[in-house]
Amino acid sequence: MNRAPIAEAGAAQSGAQLLYAVLLDWGARIGLLMLVLGFALYLLGVLVPLVPLEQMPGLWSQPSGSYLTQTGTPTGWGWLALVHKGDLLNLVGVALLAGCSLPPLLGVAGLYLRQRDWPMAAICMLIVAVIALAASGALTAGH
Amino acid sequence: MTRRPSPSRCRHLAALSCGLALALPAQAASAIASSAVAWWVWPLALFVTCFLIGIVAVPAGIGGGTLFVPLIGGFFPFHLDFVRGAGLLVALASALAAAPVLLRGGLASLRLALPLALLASASSIGGALLGLALPAAAVQTALGLIVLGIVVLMLSSKKSEFPQVDRPDRLSAALRMNGVFIDGASGRQVDWHVHRTPLGLVLFLMIGVLAGMFGIGAGWANVPALNLLMGAPLKVSAGTSGLVLSLVDSSAAWVYINRGAVLPMIAVPSIVGMMLGARIGARLLGVLKGSVIRKMVIALLLFAGVRALLKGTGLWL
Repeated sequence: MNRAPIAEAGAAQSGAQLLYAVLLDWGARIGLLMLVLGFALYLLGVLVPLVPLEQMPGLWSQPSGSYLTQTGTPTGWGWLALVHKGDLLNLVGVALLAGCSLPPLLGVAGLYLRQRDWPMAAICMLIVAVIALAASGALTAGH
Repeated sequence: MTRRPSPSRCRHLAALSCGLALALPAQAASAIASSAVAWWVWPLALFVTCFLIGIVAVPAGIGGGTLFVPLIGGFFPFHLDFVRGAGLLVALASALAAAPVLLRGGLASLRLALPLALLASASSIGGALLGLALPAAAVQTALGLIVLGIVVLMLSSKKSEFPQVDRPDRLSAALRMNGVFIDGASGRQVDWHVHRTPLGLVLFLMIGVLAGMFGIGAGWANVPALNLLMGAPLKVSAGTSGLVLSLVDSSAAWVYINRGAVLPMIAVPSIVGMMLGARIGARLLGVLKGSVIRKMVIALLLFAGVRALLKGTGLWL
């Protein structure tokens, strides 16, 4: 990739945009790394999974509700207590990926506040609230 | 003396090979779905299929998630709950990988993305909850209809490189939803602003519901909404769409994670396969003929859409 035009264009972008890019880049990299490492430990059998690999074909064709009932997999953040299990360890990487937009949003919200750009700061905080609500596990549904 | 095939013939053959290779694992998976096979066959077939989807998605100009859910949901033995959960993560990982580069280059605009992402991410939670609450057959049928709608959109939609926006509307002016980027092709600096923001917000509210309910990403809807409705330049629309997607899919993905609808054995091979394939696809951009790949992807989507519709209605299980 030719970096010159991007560097040139980057100079024209706002500080908020560049801050968001840097924080998102790092968050996504860490999330992907954790995802691949966790999956390697799972596949190599370094950590015993909650659900044996051999049983997966009989379970993955069922609705998520049935899967949870039959395997005893917890909902919400309950997986954190079982993070030593090979399969549930992978959710660390998944959670990092799903949550890696929060630090850049908070970072640029602070920047917008300092610039007295109230509407954009409020929008950032509202998106943080929406993602936090979704992540909280307070919302439930099922078949 | 042997005749050398022409470059265009090579490109067509390469595209055809990609199409066949993409269809084969899915067909093979379908054929042996009911037979007892070793557990690792499915994740391996999934990885190969996603790798091939990643290769063709880039030259076709669509997100891999758009192909992922109908193909994997139609031809693999996984329940649609897990396929949609994985589809959201595939789209999310792809968007997260691209967003920082696009932001630095000015091809994605934070100020344009954030207001739209606020409404779309909120509604994507509703879409995800609705999708997990509805019977799988109903979601599958609706997915078939949506995919066929995407085919129609891909065949009929026009694009405008630099839409004419005479005056920004009040809302976009108040939020300063404008920017500047340097067009790599012409080298010129492009100042842009948008209009029809209230209508755009309503549209993104609906796009969020679809993204959350079906897990198919929403680049196919984001780009026309930003480009044709709001008047953002095509490249800015494509870049900003990825940024919006990264926020929308984050919200919806949390619903799937909390409901136990993310199986690492399905999600991780999909994400890794798709990202590796996309890197190859990006390198093949100059070799493969984009229009041929696009036609092939439209044909695949048509096939997958019909399959989803028939599976949902119980006519082809």
